Amino acid sequence: MTHLIDIKGLSFQRNHRPIFSSVDLTITRGKITAIMGPSGSGKTTLLRLIGGQLIPGQGTITIDGQVIHKLKRRSLYQLRKRMGMLFQSAGLFTHLTVFENVAFPLREHTQLSEAMIRNLVLLKLQMVGLRGARDLMPSELSGGMARRVALARAIALDPELIMYDEPFSGQDPISMAVLVKLVHTLNQSLGLTSIIVSHDVPETLSITDYAYVISDGKVIGRGTAESIKHTDSAQLQQFLQGLPDGPVPFHYPAINIEQDLIGETR
Amino acid sequence: MLNYIASLGRFGMHLIQQYGQAGVLLSRTLLRLPNPRKGFPLVVQQVYAEGVLSLLIIIVSGLFIGMVVGLQGYHTLAKFGASQELGPLVALSVVRELGPVVTALLFAGRAGSAIAAEIGLMKATEQLSSMEMMAVDPLQRVIAPRCWGGFISMPLLTLIFNVTAVYGAYLVGVKWLGLDAGAFWSNMQASVDFNLDVVNGIIKSIAFGFVVTWIAVYQGYYAEPTSAGIANATTRTVVYSSLAVLGLDFVLTTMMIGGW
Ligand SMILES: Nc1ncnc2c1ncn2[C@@H]1O[C@H](COP(=O)(O)OP(=O)(O)OP(=O)(O)O)[C@@H](O)[C@H]1O
Ligand SMILES: [Mg+2]
Repeated sequence: MTHLIDIKGLSFQRNHRPIFSSVDLTITRGKITAIMGPSGSGKTTLLRLIGGQLIPGQGTITIDGQVIHKLKRRSLYQLRKRMGMLFQSAGLFTHLTVFENVAFPLREHTQLSEAMIRNLVLLKLQMVGLRGARDLMPSELSGGMARRVALARAIALDPELIMYDEPFSGQDPISMAVLVKLVHTLNQSLGLTSIIVSHDVPETLSITDYAYVISDGKVIGRGTAESIKHTDSAQLQQFLQGLPDGPVPFHYPAINIEQDLIGETR
Repeated sequence: MLNYIASLGRFGMHLIQQYGQAGVLLSRTLLRLPNPRKGFPLVVQQVYAEGVLSLLIIIVSGLFIGMVVGLQGYHTLAKFGASQELGPLVALSVVRELGPVVTALLFAGRAGSAIAAEIGLMKATEQLSSMEMMAVDPLQRVIAPRCWGGFISMPLLTLIFNVTAVYGAYLVGVKWLGLDAGAFWSNMQASVDFNLDVVNGIIKSIAFGFVVTWIAVYQGYYAEPTSAGIANATTRTVVYSSLAVLGLDFVLTTMMIGGW
C-alpha cells in the first residue's frame, strides 16, 4: 500500500454552502504533499476532515485502510495517536508553559520517566529554536514563536503523519528557511508522511514531492512540483504567480459591486 | 399568527434539543472515567480552583448573614419574650435553607461563571480541537475534572458557610446583645435534628452543586466560539443556575417537609 490516505468523491457543505464537491485526492506514504489554494478554499477544512473532526457529506476518507468517519471513538483516538497536526491558530494550552505544552502528549500517552520526557521535550524545542523559551507562557510568545511551539508539540510523539496548516506564515525569512528545512528533514530522516497547507508557493514547492491546488471546491491542479510549475492552465498560473486578474476569484461570492453600492437592502 | 406559532415551535424544539445535548454531555462525561492515576490530580486541582478559592467569599458572606439573622431574629423574638430561642432560630434557618441556597448562588457567581468562561475560551482558541487531535478526549481531560471538582466542593462549602453563619449569630447574640451563652448553645442543640435538618441541608447542597456545575460546563462547552458567545455563556450560567437553584429548593423543601 503506497497510499496512506485515499479520498474518494468527497463532498462537504457548511451552512448549505458547498465547500467540496466530489474531490478525489491521495496522499502517498513517506512523501511530502502540498495542498494549496486561495484563502477560504477549504484547506483547513480538508485537514479537519482527514483528522476526523468533521464528517463528510458524501464520499469516503480512508486512512491506512480505515474509513475514518466510520470508526468507533476508541479506534479513532488510536488512529489519531499516529497523527500530528499543527493548527493554523497554534492552539497552545494557555495555562501551561512552553515546556509543559510540548510535554503534554508525552505525559498523556506514554509512561516515560520525567528525565526522558525532559530530554525529548528539549530536543523538540531545540529543533524549532526555542529551547531557551521553555519557561515562557504562551501569552508571552509572538505569533511566529507560538506556531513553532505548536510544531514541536505536534511532532512530540513522532507521528507517522503530520499535517501542517500554514507552518510558514508569520515567520521571518530565517526561521522560515529553518522550518522548511526542518519539515524536509523530518520527512526524510523519520520516514514520515507530511501534508503541508501553505500559501508560500516557492518555499513549499521546493520541498514537496506532489502538490494539489484546490479552488472552488474542486482540485484544479495536481502533479509533481516541477510539472505543476509548468502547466499552462490559466487558473494555476494565476495562483502560482499571484496575478490579481484571472479566472480564480479574489472575492468571496457576491453580487456585483455597482448593484451592491446603489442598492438599499443589506 | 402562523408565524408566531412556527417560532414558538422552533423555540420549543431548540429547548428540547438543548436539554438533550446537556444530558448527552453529562452522561458521556460521567461514563468516561479517566484513569485514577491521571484523573485524581486533575480533580484535586479543580477542587482547589472551585472550592478553596471560593472560601473567602463564602466565609465573609456566612459571617455577615449569620450576624444579620442574629440581629433581626433577636429583635423579633424579644417582642414575644422569646429571645432565648435565638440559637434554634438561626441554626434552623441557616442549616435548612440559607446555607445551601446562598452558598449555591455564590458558587454559581464565583466558580460557575469561571468554569463556563474558561471552557468557552479553550474552545474558541482551538485548545479543545488540538487536544482532540492529540488523541486526548476533552470530555475526560477538561470537563470531567471540573464536574467532579464542583460536585465535591459545593457540600463542603455549604458546611463551612453554616458554621461561620452560626458563629456570626453567636457573636451578635451572645457577645454583643448579652444572651446567655449556655442557653444559646443548649437550646440550639436541643432543637436541631441531625437527620431532619443537617442531612437534608447537605442533600440540598449536593443537588445544587450538581445542577450548577452541570449548567456551567454545558454553557461553556457549547458556547459560540466568539467574545460575545463567551460573554453570553457566563451570563447564562449565572442566571440559569440561580433560577434552577431557587426552583429546585422549593421542590426539595416540599419533598422534605411533606413526610420524609
Ligand atoms: N465554522 C465554520 N462555520 C461555517 N463556515 C465555515 C466555518 N469554518 C470555515 N467555514 C467556511 O469554509 C470555507 C473554507 O474554510 P477554510 O478555513 O477551510 O479555508 P482555508 O482554505 O483554510 O483558508 P485560509 O487559507 O484563509 O486558511 C470558508 O469559505 C469559510 O467561510
Ligand atoms: Mg486555513
